[in-house]
Amino acid sequence: MRNPHANLPENVFADDVERLPTRDGFGKGSIEAGRADPRVVVLCADLAESTRAEWFEKEFPARFIEMGVAEQNMAAVAAGMAAAGKVPFIASYAAFNPGRNYEQIRTTIALNEANVKVCGMHAGVSVGPDGATHQMLEDIGLMRMLPGMVVIAPGDAEEARKAVVAAAKHEGPVYLRFGRSATPVFTTEETPFEIGKALSLWESGHPKVAILSTGSLSHTALQAARSLEGGGIGSVVLHVPTVKPLDTEAVLDAARRAGSVVTVEEHQAAGGFGSAVAEFLAEHHPVPVKRLGVHDRFGQSGSPEELLAHYGLDAVSIENAVIKMSS
Amino acid sequence: MSLTDIEIAGLEKRAEAIRETIIRMLVAAGSGHTAGPLGMADIFAAFYFHILAHDPKHPEWEGRDRLVLSNGHICPALYASLAHAGYFPVEECLTLRSFGSRLQGHPERLRLPGLETTSGPLGEGLSQAAGMAYAFRMDEMSDVVRPTSNVERTTSDMGGRQRVYCLMSDGEQEEGNTWEAAMFAGKHKLHNLIAIMDRNNIQIDGMTEDVMPLESLRAKYEAFNWHVLEVNGHNMRQFVEAIDEAKAITEKPIVIIAHTIPGKGVSEIEFDYHWHGKPPTKEEGKRFLKEIRTMGGKLPHEYA
Repeated sequence: MRNPHANLPENVFADDVERLPTRDGFGKGSIEAGRADPRVVVLCADLAESTRAEWFEKEFPARFIEMGVAEQNMAAVAAGMAAAGKVPFIASYAAFNPGRNYEQIRTTIALNEANVKVCGMHAGVSVGPDGATHQMLEDIGLMRMLPGMVVIAPGDAEEARKAVVAAAKHEGPVYLRFGRSATPVFTTEETPFEIGKALSLWESGHPKVAILSTGSLSHTALQAARSLEGGGIGSVVLHVPTVKPLDTEAVLDAARRAGSVVTVEEHQAAGGFGSAVAEFLAEHHPVPVKRLGVHDRFGQSGSPEELLAHYGLDAVSIENAVIKMSS
Repeated sequence: MSLTDIEIAGLEKRAEAIRETIIRMLVAAGSGHTAGPLGMADIFAAFYFHILAHDPKHPEWEGRDRLVLSNGHICPALYASLAHAGYFPVEECLTLRSFGSRLQGHPERLRLPGLETTSGPLGEGLSQAAGMAYAFRMDEMSDVVRPTSNVERTTSDMGGRQRVYCLMSDGEQEEGNTWEAAMFAGKHKLHNLIAIMDRNNIQIDGMTEDVMPLESLRAKYEAFNWHVLEVNGHNMRQFVEAIDEAKAITEKPIVIIAHTIPGKGVSEIEFDYHWHGKPPTKEEGKRFLKEIRTMGGKLPHEYA
């Protein structure tokens, strides 16, 4: 059953569940953060509409800075602005931010402990038709390797809004990952969010498998869990928006109770969220782990649904992985 | 505000002391860069003993000018200058590059007071300096009250405006990031940003014009909407006056192309790109120190 403490919407499994891209949460959250703190500024690299940075721009034109197609400069300018007391959010596609400007982020933001929030939009294969060049699948790995970097992959637009507000209050570098396509809004305003805290979405009476998921695929994991329970297989769904620092207490608890783990992410299986979970469990509570993600391949053009099915990240694929794990 | 001959001589004396410390720290470390730090010693002396509004006893004073060293590998000159200015004991310079030292091989802001950023990877200091300058201007325009000065501004600063200085190398003009920053600063007419380029013509693999031709640097920066000044980087008066001139420019960011001699002060290594990235041995160090102390023959040997 659904975890009642998560305050999920009534229609979370219905066809009429609200669908919004998580980047909308950036638009809303940045305005909220901007109202709360005059130090907040938004920098964008020629993608104001599609990153939703223009929502902030309309509200705070003097605090929006158009950087042009120059992601390296954007990262280092933001580091300089942070040194001068601002709280910069830098927005572009994840393929370029942190894909293009990784070294600037490493040296001028991470090593420098600059109070900059790196926002990578259009992450994952669900970008769709744009194809492999724009479907960033390596960003979580890149960013979670950086000492001190907080890494958050919000599950839906509402959680993304909360994550942006929380990132503005957090002192230090943060990476926030957003998607392009409209995905189910499976949390509500009442759903708790805290950096570093996982959220249980589903609890079966006698779970055989813990499904640990990050980003918008957590809704898919939730659907899979409900379907599996109908088939007599109990599971836990732990939504883990903060990949770093990992909520090790919650991960350990879920692994202990279920005895096996399936991880789900729209990212390379190597180096991402599943790796973080597997690394932790291998050292602290070894249990069988199956990582669902993209396995050493690039993306390609297609619709988000086609691509998620192709790369084994739809509900059926999750169910199959759980069935295999539980037998 | 022009300087008296005595003041100029005082700054030259500071530069000499900085050069001495550079040689001593490089010999102690056994690794590091020699040519660049010696070539920039005069300019560092001008900054830390005349140009900058700063307070070594309160390195975090918010009203201070910012000096961003983009080419972090010449940090021996920066460390020596900070030490002589009073940020930390000069003797600590001898810990350069050793385990546990605050004086890392490339400067790290969080480890040592007086550093404005962490640098070493080339081409990103100008962006950070531009970000600082942009933020200060935002505050000026929105009337954010910045803390008032707790030290006298000793320069001929117009209206006490907080300025951002960026020291960069000529070699790092090969980095694309530099030009992204130049475009940004030019667009926003960041006249509170003054960049100084160490035009010493050398880089690790040889002469810049052989490795990857940079000229015309003046035409390039002018095309990016910057005001360009050129000086002899070893002429103290000329450099200080160029800074005064730069402060009078109100419509553009300013770059001062400072023509310097790599290894300046030690005649046997001057102009030699092989000295870009290696330190002197103990024996060489002794010889170099002797020459620096006699100011290249300007002083009789008995004072050395």
